[in-house]
Amino acid sequence: MNTPAAAPSILPDARPRLPRGVRLVHNEAQGGWVLLAPERVFKADQIAAEVVKRCTGEASFAAIVDDLAATFAAPRERIEADVATLLRGLADKKLLEL
Amino acid sequence: MTTDGRPNGHAGGNGEPPKPLHSPLGLLAELTHRCPLGCPYCSNPLEMDKRESELDAATWARVFREAAGLGVLQVHLSGGEPASRRDLVDITAAARDAGLYTNLITSGVGVTDRRLRELADAGLDHVQISIQDSEPKSADLIAGYEGAYVRKRALAIEVVALKLPLTVNIVIHRANISRVDELVAMALDMGASRVEIAHVQYYGWALKNRAALMPTRQQVEEAVGRIEPLRKQHHGRIVIDAVVPDYYARFPKPCVGGWGRRSLNVTPAGRVLPCHAAESIPGLEFWSVKEHSLREIWEHNPAFNAFRGTDFLPEPCQSCERRDIDFGGCRCQAFALTGDARATDPVCHLSPHHHVVEEQAAIREDAAYVYRRL
Repeated sequence: MNTPAAAPSILPDARPRLPRGVRLVHNEAQGGWVLLAPERVFKADQIAAEVVKRCTGEASFAAIVDDLAATFAAPRERIEADVATLLRGLADKKLLEL
Repeated sequence: MTTDGRPNGHAGGNGEPPKPLHSPLGLLAELTHRCPLGCPYCSNPLEMDKRESELDAATWARVFREAAGLGVLQVHLSGGEPASRRDLVDITAAARDAGLYTNLITSGVGVTDRRLRELADAGLDHVQISIQDSEPKSADLIAGYEGAYVRKRALAIEVVALKLPLTVNIVIHRANISRVDELVAMALDMGASRVEIAHVQYYGWALKNRAALMPTRQQVEEAVGRIEPLRKQHHGRIVIDAVVPDYYARFPKPCVGGWGRRSLNVTPAGRVLPCHAAESIPGLEFWSVKEHSLREIWEHNPAFNAFRGTDFLPEPCQSCERRDIDFGGCRCQAFALTGDARATDPVCHLSPHHHVVEEQAAIREDAAYVYRRL
């Protein structure tokens, strides 16, 4: 629990969402997508933005991975591992609820 | 204007802004200097803006729209105690309407439950409550306000009940430095998702109270050494951010991310500053939002361009590999400790004036606090 694993697993039916106080916005002056959080600003690259946009609390983790694999025509296992790592990292920073 | 956010190394000559110019990310809106507390480390200037000179809500609304147009993403509604303003809800709504992320920085004293709900309804994104210690008596003594601790804890309960994210800010100094573990445990108990362990920065009132606040080197090393174990222990439960005690640091902090580079500050009366302490440097004229747009000020106020970039820096900064990391440190501190705002921040062990920092850190007196009063 205390040590983040190298390949974190997320339950397929988890429904990730941004908590209150965390918002993804697009801002030209700052060069694209940014995740706004308490006293912190994180630049989100295109991929991260595509992932976070889908974290609505409605879609399950499995559905998000399916959607991304279809959208980017990429192997599902690879997408699943990358997205799990990203989401777990965000959750550890209190930027995402799983 | 650049839109790529790349760091910018060098200032242009003759008072013109360096190109490309960064967009500011954050705006500290000091809505008022009024505050019920009297914390002896307050970062407000000794000369404070009076109530009669405070900007009205409509002007703040314009400032927020101009800030958003300039690229600002987050506004920190601060003071003084921002809740001393009766129109705080209107001001908060205006910031949110401008598209800004709104952060309320409060002492926790003076925010009623009802007003907190109105703020949440207005779209407030985040609340930061300062708390002076985990020991109630000590906390109230530091705040100079009987019962402050209890009221802060009560407000935190309401913040969490409204599902607003909560940061607990704790300023560290000699009276509470031995309790870092307890302070983090208190923040967790309050339901905070983030805690700031911020060692006193010696400006304004804190500079005046330096001898009464200054910890020993051993105390500082023990406190700093606790941060990593606490982060591991509470990983995933609370984010611990630390502001380092710079009198005992080897290198200076990149103050506000560089002068006129990442953030700006608007005083209660409307003067725009690169940082909250900038008025302590003599000879700079700060423009007001009453006469200029925020963009005009950001781009053309000579005070903003005075220390932009790194061209003004002397040696040892100029040839230092950290020049573009810390920008020679803090201009206000350089002035306060050496009399020259262009000097290397004497916190840096490479500064020819570093001995001043060591001498000042050695002066510790158990004198009564000089409480901050308007």
